Amino acid sequence: MADFLICCRNLTKAYGHRVALQGVDLELGRGRIVGLLGPNGSGKTTLIKIFCGLLQPTLGEVTIDGQAPGVYTKSIISYLPDRMYFADWMRATDLFDLFSDFYADFDRQKAMDMCRALGVNPHDRVKTMSKGTKEKVQLVMVMARKAQLYLLDEPIAGVDPAAREFILNTILTNYNEEGTVLISTHLISDIERVLDEVIFLQNGRITLHNSVDNIREQEGKSVDALFREMFRAMPMEGGGF
Amino acid sequence: MEWKLTDDRPIWMQLSEQMARRIVAGQYPPGSKLPAVRELAADAGVNPNTMQRALAQLENDGLAVSNRTAGRMVTENIAAIEAVRRNMARQLAEEFLSAIQDLGYTRDDVMALWKEEEHHG
Repeated sequence: MADFLICCRNLTKAYGHRVALQGVDLELGRGRIVGLLGPNGSGKTTLIKIFCGLLQPTLGEVTIDGQAPGVYTKSIISYLPDRMYFADWMRATDLFDLFSDFYADFDRQKAMDMCRALGVNPHDRVKTMSKGTKEKVQLVMVMARKAQLYLLDEPIAGVDPAAREFILNTILTNYNEEGTVLISTHLISDIERVLDEVIFLQNGRITLHNSVDNIREQEGKSVDALFREMFRAMPMEGGGF
Repeated sequence: MEWKLTDDRPIWMQLSEQMARRIVAGQYPPGSKLPAVRELAADAGVNPNTMQRALAQLENDGLAVSNRTAGRMVTENIAAIEAVRRNMARQLAEEFLSAIQDLGYTRDDVMALWKEEEHHG
């Protein structure tokens, strides 16, 4: 087992001339819940997609449990993408069958239990579900795996605040204890109390990586307040009216 | 009892204080078994590592002891619990006095107010 679950060295990704990630160095341990925070377009989704092996870095390298993204890392990563990729004529139960075939660590019973707890009828077709319900189904599929690394790209953006709390508790009570959870979001105040540590991403660079308690101790304010402060006086490139 | 978490201080400290309050108030009696970290963390809606740190602090403060087989228990040392309780009461009294003096009340005014309240209560 490698010392760090995720290791990045000088990770850089450019889309043509547009640089999305710039020299990212990062080490993440096991058994942590980590917030990946940054304004829109700061590189959160790009970073996660590189971890998943969906994008190739332009420069630098990344290892997950000591290996470059590939067949092995895909078997230990459970990924919640920022948009739905399932066929909408399927029922949630069909999706569970699909995942049972794909992933050895998928626990179908757990998925059914989580559906019941979240008030989702797994026999409904995906296309008849509301946006929030679809998100819940996706989260169920991702959390019902016993993975080492959960990559959750904006898991709570589409659901109402009451469901958010429930979903966070679902994440807290269902992640594998040796597993690390990386959650990207800009809804910081909602998830702050479940996080061990946070990473601030700005214009493709990591500007802060520290534990939530250290930040509160040193700054005397919440991570949410610090985030608002750091990113307030920053108009978007070419911004202004 | 509900958990109350504010924004300005580390979460583990607040959790630890609130657990201490539960112990001195007798919600977790001396020598009783404390709930598991995961259970408490889920109840408070916080990260298990954070709750773990809060409980470790309880042990440092002498309110809890770890037992390899039985898990974490409230201390049987009643004197230690009483000392913490007294400290909390003293702190509350100080806060009260400072707040009411800010309103311009003297010590005698406070005593008079106290009697009046007792009458009503």
